[in-house]
Amino acid sequence: MQVLIDNFGLILDGFVKTLWLLLFAGLIALVLGTLLVALRVSPVAVMRAVGTSYINVVRNTPLLLIVYLFGALFPVLGYTASISSYIDYSFITATIALGMYAAAFVCEALRAGINSIPVGQAEAARSLGMTFGQSMSTVILPQAFRAAIPPLASTYIALAKNTSVALAIGVTEAAFAMKKLNNEYATGRSWIFFGFAVGYILIVWAIAAFAHGLERQAGKAR
Amino acid sequence: MSSVLFDVPGPRARRRYQILTAVFALLLLAIVAWVVQRLLAEKVLTADAVNATFQNRYLEVVIEGFISTLKAAGLAILTSLLAGALLAAGRLSNHAVVRWPCTAFIEFFRAVPLLLLFFYIFYAYESQIGTLLTVVLALTLYNGSVLAEIFRAGINAVQKGQSEAAYALGMRKTQVMNLILMPQAVRFMLPAIVSQCVVVLKDTTLGQLITYDEVVRQARGITLAPGAEALLIYALVALVFILINYSLGKLAEYLERRLSRRGERAGARLTIEPGMGAGAGA
Repeated sequence: MQVLIDNFGLILDGFVKTLWLLLFAGLIALVLGTLLVALRVSPVAVMRAVGTSYINVVRNTPLLLIVYLFGALFPVLGYTASISSYIDYSFITATIALGMYAAAFVCEALRAGINSIPVGQAEAARSLGMTFGQSMSTVILPQAFRAAIPPLASTYIALAKNTSVALAIGVTEAAFAMKKLNNEYATGRSWIFFGFAVGYILIVWAIAAFAHGLERQAGKAR
Repeated sequence: MSSVLFDVPGPRARRRYQILTAVFALLLLAIVAWVVQRLLAEKVLTADAVNATFQNRYLEVVIEGFISTLKAAGLAILTSLLAGALLAAGRLSNHAVVRWPCTAFIEFFRAVPLLLLFFYIFYAYESQIGTLLTVVLALTLYNGSVLAEIFRAGINAVQKGQSEAAYALGMRKTQVMNLILMPQAVRFMLPAIVSQCVVVLKDTTLGQLITYDEVVRQARGITLAPGAEALLIYALVALVFILINYSLGKLAEYLERRLSRRGERAGARLTIEPGMGAGAGA
């Protein structure tokens, strides 16, 4: 217990960085995932093929390998920029890798949402004379989004937990702090574990509660 | 074919699709050409690098690495299935004394990042049990909890009338579970279990962070100099992972199609509570 109290600042710094990773990678995943789902459900065969290939490649590769691949690729290509000493090169690499990995799952969540809508909904909208844009924005997408919230929540919870992999290329987030404490202290390992576990569980609960709230909101609009 | 998003294309839409196909294909070619040109310009893709990758017994190392990856993953899948079955039975128990600890256990280990488990077990117990068992134990704690939820969802997916009928015949709870619910639930669970194997296989790579000699660690070990060779060998390892996991994914899809075809409950899919979700893995 004393270990946690003595190093509270270090632990807090770690979790703050974890949250930054989650935020930036989450935004990348949302934007890229939306683009990918547009490709995946497109009526044009080439676009569909590209979307499907991305999903099959990224979803089946271990995240750690993706992180290492980008870690090796960017210096070779000469991209080693950092924005500040806090948002440094390894942070950017990890964010991009996490975002690209999560994007595949965001895409699948959104696609599951679209697939959950019966064709009759679209046919009814068309037969009422709605244009493509109208039927999308007032009939299809609101329902699709509602159905996509639970799998999206799972994806973001997984992303929050996966930010810990960033320590592999030296990002000083929470799991990195845990490893550091384990190296410095010979006792109190169970306390260290529970302390960090509680931190992650709080993040997971926050995401689950947010998704629950969104779902209630979306349900009200029905 | 009409879908929920697009109607059957008419002549104008078909022309638009053709134009889009051409534009997108050109865009794609341009991107691929740019990447290849960058890689060639930065001397990543050179004949030397490719030759070195395939001559310096790299392939051997990758194969050896995959054997230890598969060993850990295979063991972890077996123990996870066992742990999952026990935890699910516990969580479905009528006795609160059994149900609550099992529920707490499952929810805790689903919410904690796997890496934390790896580090905790590694620093606390590795000296006694070795790295292989550390990896297997950490994977079992997490995947056992996820599988427990899959089992529970599968049993809950069996129609209520089935167990009611069995109870009406005078069966005891164990009999209902073993003779009525389990045989039917397996059909709902099988695709999800196969998908979970993909997650286990991918998560085994985390073992390298605690010095277990799985494939990524072995690949890193022989390419200390970052650069062309590291990239090629990572790509090679990734390719093998993609092939294995893609086949497993296809198997899961096939099972799902096949089992739902003869299932009376068309489209009875497992609804695992979102939250700590199975889904992604690392």
